[in-house]
Amino acid sequence: MVELLDLINTGLFAAAIRMATPIAYAALGGMFSERVGVMNIGLEGIMLTSAFGGVAVSYYTGSAWLGVVAAVLVGGLLGLFHAIITVKYAGDQVVSGTGINILAAGFTAYMSQVIWGTRGSSDAVNSIPDLTIPVLKQIPVLGEVFGTHSPLVYLMPIITAASYYVLFKTPLGLRIRAVGEHPTAAETAGVDVVKIKYMCIILSGMLAGIGGAFLSLSHLNVFNKGMTGGRGFIAMAAMIFGKWMPFSVFGASLLFGFADALQMRLQSLGILPPQIILAIPYVLTVAILAGVVGKAKPPSDYKPYEKE
Amino acid sequence: MTSAIQMVDITKTFPGVTANDNIDFSVDKAEIHGLLGENGAGKSVLMSILYGLYKPDSGDILVDGEKVDISGPSDAMRLGIGMVHQHFMLVPSLTVVENVILGREPTVNGVTLDMERMLRDVAESCKRYKLDVDIEAPVYQLPVGVQQRVEILKALYRGADVLILDEPTSVLTPGETEELFNAVRELKADGKTVIFISHKLREVLAICDRITVLKRGKVVGTVLAAETGEGQLAEMMVGRKIVYEFTKEAECGLEPVLRLEGLECLSDRGIPALRGLDLDLCGSEILGVAGVEGNGQTELVEAVMGLRELTGGSVKLDGQDITDTQPKTRIQMGVSHIPEDRHKRAIVPDFSVLENLVLGSQRDRFTRNGVSIDFAEAKRFSTDMINDYQIATPGPETLIRYLSGGNQQRVVVAREFSRDPPVVIAAQPTRGLDVGATEYVRRKLVEMRDHGAGVLLISADLDEIWALSDRVAVIYEGSIVAVKAVDETDVQEIGLLMAGGGNE
Repeated sequence: MVELLDLINTGLFAAAIRMATPIAYAALGGMFSERVGVMNIGLEGIMLTSAFGGVAVSYYTGSAWLGVVAAVLVGGLLGLFHAIITVKYAGDQVVSGTGINILAAGFTAYMSQVIWGTRGSSDAVNSIPDLTIPVLKQIPVLGEVFGTHSPLVYLMPIITAASYYVLFKTPLGLRIRAVGEHPTAAETAGVDVVKIKYMCIILSGMLAGIGGAFLSLSHLNVFNKGMTGGRGFIAMAAMIFGKWMPFSVFGASLLFGFADALQMRLQSLGILPPQIILAIPYVLTVAILAGVVGKAKPPSDYKPYEKE
Repeated sequence: MTSAIQMVDITKTFPGVTANDNIDFSVDKAEIHGLLGENGAGKSVLMSILYGLYKPDSGDILVDGEKVDISGPSDAMRLGIGMVHQHFMLVPSLTVVENVILGREPTVNGVTLDMERMLRDVAESCKRYKLDVDIEAPVYQLPVGVQQRVEILKALYRGADVLILDEPTSVLTPGETEELFNAVRELKADGKTVIFISHKLREVLAICDRITVLKRGKVVGTVLAAETGEGQLAEMMVGRKIVYEFTKEAECGLEPVLRLEGLECLSDRGIPALRGLDLDLCGSEILGVAGVEGNGQTELVEAVMGLRELTGGSVKLDGQDITDTQPKTRIQMGVSHIPEDRHKRAIVPDFSVLENLVLGSQRDRFTRNGVSIDFAEAKRFSTDMINDYQIATPGPETLIRYLSGGNQQRVVVAREFSRDPPVVIAAQPTRGLDVGATEYVRRKLVEMRDHGAGVLLISADLDEIWALSDRVAVIYEGSIVAVKAVDETDVQEIGLLMAGGGNE
């Protein structure tokens, strides 16, 4: 019991924030896509491919930041792919997303083999160093939780706030909300529905890409096969739990991040079989999706939009 | 005087149909011009061409005497043409202001929405054209009549000088229609031109200066409203005389076929919609349910059909309690339903006419050994139905979405009535239908009654209730406030009851 209580310390919360970050990026990405009426099941695969792309570029250039840029580009490219299939050809969103996930798993494993001669894990590469916020770090408790993190962690709330601002305070956001809910209405009002959809789905991929880069270039400094471990799907759960609202989505991601962090610490105690402990974040996902958000209403009906 | 709009020699064909056949159409400035015709006459297509939604195969459009090319709604808007669609183009969760400015958002610094200016501009338009709207409310909370005003505001905000109203009154109550007419007159006084698409003769005569009648894609003629009458217009539209009056010979029987007792349920928004509703429907009668839209009519129909969960009360069919049965059971027991929302509940648009006709009986009547559908039998049946009910379709295999609204409704009526049901629930059965189809559906309802069925007729059209019903029940705030025999009451009394007043 004492051991269990020992777990609850500033280190746990710092880890929760860290683990929440990739989920939150992908979840916000998913939100933008769903806001324009396209489900992005491919978040998982996009994160994974971006995580790989980031490491590969960092490996060849030696620059972690170039790796992040590459990850964002890779994400955007996969977003574009998803958009072409679902918007231009009105293809099935689930099939396209699943396709991206399968492609990502195979492609990254294969390319790891090609580049590093192993399917399991890449060589270690240059990663993004953590940032310490000088004044914040001095404050007791808060300093330990928030004081030292990857720059990508600090970027997260900024992007959340920016997302909120764009969605609810700008003409673009108004159009995004209109396009998802009633594309025909938006079109007749003179909004370029297709353009907005492309934009948001590409953005969705780019945000998931940052999430992937965080995993491989910040949290770790290698690419591991299947290293996203279902975080793309957890991100979808966080997006739904957060009801497609930026701050709520961020909050939900923190909750899932906390479960992830807790799980890692419980493992070190060895009081339960690791398989059961590992399952905690996933059980939480299922529980939340099944129960709490049973009635969450998406902002769109996921139908392809076809001009009359 | 130059015309505000001139459409010259417009032709538009769709696969298998010529929707517009060499149409010439012109509208003067500051005129209210009626565009009259049955469903499928080509009114909406012509206006969609003017608004840039369709491209004509041939023909020219002139705005203020100058030839223009309209390849999309944005072109139309730039030329000062605005359109209020029959199905509103509003985003439900956005507020009135947001809907109005969508696509033409004012900004503070090129990035941020200028909320203050938005509110000020829209409030100003409201005042100027006497359109009463709560501009900060989300649209889904507003009644249909108000949503329509939002659509008009939208068009005006985009600088419309010519306003196309597509069947604007089909969704309105009589009171709302009056308000709309006032707004339209206000627009005309301000120099705006209004094109009023309708198939309701009386309304066109009441509001328009001139009327152009279309029939099967061609112009029959343009007449001055002051110099014509309902009879002449109806003849122009249909090509023959129309009879509206029906006999009312049925008397209420002894045992009701359908008895509703203390029905209570919630609306979609979770507020009480039916509050202890009692109603008896007898055999061989048409019982009209009159009421202002949104007083529980929709929920009443759903409650009877088992499509909405009741929080209280009971539904009895021939004395048998069916409160807890599935819709399927109720249909099998002989409750037939003409839903108010044709596209959502009555038909499957992507199914063929045949499939839509068989739908609901596929398990019993058209099954072979209980597993597969007997398509030979279904085809025989649907061919019969197409003949009997005069459904205009290329064949039973045609997708129903390609039929006009009137023919879709004929399919629904054919399907429901071929089961020979003792109880018919007809919700807005003629909404959006042209004169010919309306007459047809009404005659069928009367036939069903004469055949011994009890018909519950829910309609927003008081004239319809008046023309068909033996008894009238008035619904107000989720309960029946009065049931009157038609020949013992009058429109004034019913109107008063509908408004919730004067229940002595």
